[in-house]
Amino acid sequence: MNALVPLLVIIPLVGAAITLILGRYPRLQIAISVSALTAVTAAAAVLLTAVDETSRPIVVKVGGWEPPFGIVLVVDRLSAIMVVVSALMLLGVLIFAVGQGLADRDRDTPVSIFHPTYLILAAGLFGAFIAGDLFNMYVGFEMLLAASYVLLTLGGTGSRIRAGVTYVVVSLVSSLLFLGAIALIYGATGTVTMALLSERMRDLPLDIQMILCAALLVGFAVKAAVFPLSFWLPDSYPTAPAPVTAVFAGLLTKVGVYAVIRTDKLLFFDVPLAVPLLIVGGLTMVIGILGAIAQADVKRLLSFTLVSHIGYMIFGVAIGTELATGATIYYIVHHIMVQTALFLVVGLIERVGHSTSITRLGGLLKKAPFVAILFFLGALNLGGIPPFSGFLGKLGLFEAGAASPSPLVYVMIGAGTVTSLLTLYALMRVWNMAFWRPKEDVEGYESPLMESLQESPEQQNGSATGVATATGTTLSTSKLMVGATTGLVTLTLCLTVFAGPLFDLAQRAAGNVATPSNYVDSVFPKGSSDGTAPKGSSDGTAPEGSSDGTAPGGAP
Amino acid sequence: MSASLTLVVLMAVMYGTGVYVMLEKSLTRILIGFLLVGNATNLLIFMMSGRSGAAPIIDGGTTGADIVDPLPQVLMLTAIVINFGITAFILALIYRSWWLSNLGDEGDDVLADEELDEAIEADAAEQFHANLDDDDEAVRHVLEEGGDADESDEDAPPAEEEPSENERDVMR
Repeated sequence: MNALVPLLVIIPLVGAAITLILGRYPRLQIAISVSALTAVTAAAAVLLTAVDETSRPIVVKVGGWEPPFGIVLVVDRLSAIMVVVSALMLLGVLIFAVGQGLADRDRDTPVSIFHPTYLILAAGLFGAFIAGDLFNMYVGFEMLLAASYVLLTLGGTGSRIRAGVTYVVVSLVSSLLFLGAIALIYGATGTVTMALLSERMRDLPLDIQMILCAALLVGFAVKAAVFPLSFWLPDSYPTAPAPVTAVFAGLLTKVGVYAVIRTDKLLFFDVPLAVPLLIVGGLTMVIGILGAIAQADVKRLLSFTLVSHIGYMIFGVAIGTELATGATIYYIVHHIMVQTALFLVVGLIERVGHSTSITRLGGLLKKAPFVAILFFLGALNLGGIPPFSGFLGKLGLFEAGAASPSPLVYVMIGAGTVTSLLTLYALMRVWNMAFWRPKEDVEGYESPLMESLQESPEQQNGSATGVATATGTTLSTSKLMVGATTGLVTLTLCLTVFAGPLFDLAQRAAGNVATPSNYVDSVFPKGSSDGTAPKGSSDGTAPEGSSDGTAPGGAP
Repeated sequence: MSASLTLVVLMAVMYGTGVYVMLEKSLTRILIGFLLVGNATNLLIFMMSGRSGAAPIIDGGTTGADIVDPLPQVLMLTAIVINFGITAFILALIYRSWWLSNLGDEGDDVLADEELDEAIEADAAEQFHANLDDDDEAVRHVLEEGGDADESDEDAPPAEEEPSENERDVMR
């Protein structure tokens, strides 16, 4: 069982190496990357069942060194769930991308680079999820970010380079913040292993803990696109090829949320964060969705809803009870799936309708009824209409909020409801314009509503020579693309059908997360409190002593 | 822990100048800023190891006095390698945006030369037919012009689709 844990990272990395060598044989590349991701999905599923049965995290000491000094990989229920879901999404999107590559073979998606980069992104993602120490989490982040820089600028067209510059610079700053925070934490505690940090962090004065927590949170908040730091997302994601945008939207922001949950629950459970997180979460929701309403471009609109719905997760983290954490985990799973599926549907719309702007789309219901059904299901789901998982996730969050009441929480529940309705409004407008409206009405359609909408930058600059319209005439959808999208939409429906067991699983995962001692005991089975205490005291340089001494200097 | 004041001052200066330079529009300056801030962060990690004697990894035996905590140095090395890779990528990005802002999308085509020749030939032929009624002198003159245009065009591919002023700023 333990051998499976490193395989989560090793398989994609080996796959990336092989696909890089096989750059001239696209079919072999496809076979290898699909089988690599399938293998990871299977391994992750096995791990999830194993972890769920024993309810103790699986700990692997890489290289055989004991935890505080050696590298540990820890798979608990939360990370196993995240790995399973993201592996499934990566696989689905990969099949879509393969379908797209086979459908047009254009130079916008040079396949020979795509597969290795995609697998490295997967390896970094899984590495960040299973890292047992902060620095390995940083390395995982960097791997997936470096891969995402390449994926975002695939083909190197002008608009992608422009979007890429914003994205790269913002990500760099957030990475440096993260790294600086790790340095400060090391200075204050003398370790980066999360299990040991969990023990030592509570020995620090609360104000030092606050500073360290804030430094880490800012770094993660940029990655998760939490409100004041979310400005970069809607400008950079939509320019990438459709499958790349789908992966970014579904997974990259959620790694940030995962990191927030992990550090908040494991390291900084003493720090009173509820009020600032609640405020920030509420602003993320409301301002994100207001941005979405002003967009005419469907990709940009979805990017804004993505930002907005990160607010729900922050809301769940802020409440902080076990119930709320469980609901947050369920919501993350739901949102990963729905957002990925919706971006793939938009990829299909772009191909069928030759545009992603709702001012130009029309009559798609007749032209592509199946795509219309897929979009409708995804939109209702994201908007939070009762039978779907979007509703269940939000209901769970609101219930958890009502269970630990305070005036601010009730304000947040109100904001969450409004955001949900506005999401529905924005998506239903897309439905009305792009699918419901007859094709003939597109020319000369006038409405005060439409005039206020913002087009995406490319379409503003060169209306006729925009990327989507220029290449649009020759594009077609392959069965593989429709199949992959259908698969993902079906998965989101499964979230509804199997909501009971899944919600229970999320609650059990939250139970794990809410009791850090469980995590710590698994990493340090012998020393119940401080893993190095016996050793440290024997040679006279007690870690506690040095950590106390370093604390004031740890935050210059 | 006690850190050398020189290192602290150096780090602060590097952070300050780095952030200042990063706020510029030009990509090259952003890269320089990133390098400064990145290395300032490395210095920060380095300082966190403190002076020798506080090494957590020593397990009895050796006196800690002559050994420094190795872990921050390991972290630093990893961070340096990562920064190096990212720097290479940003350099590629800078080159690419320079390429785009100077040559435009036309600079991309692998077949540029052949296509250019074909286009020029077609152009010349069109002109030739248009001027068929003109006298031989004029036709020869037109053909010569076509030839001249051919050479000059190959030397400097036309930079059509000039990016707007704002775009060029961003690209630079």
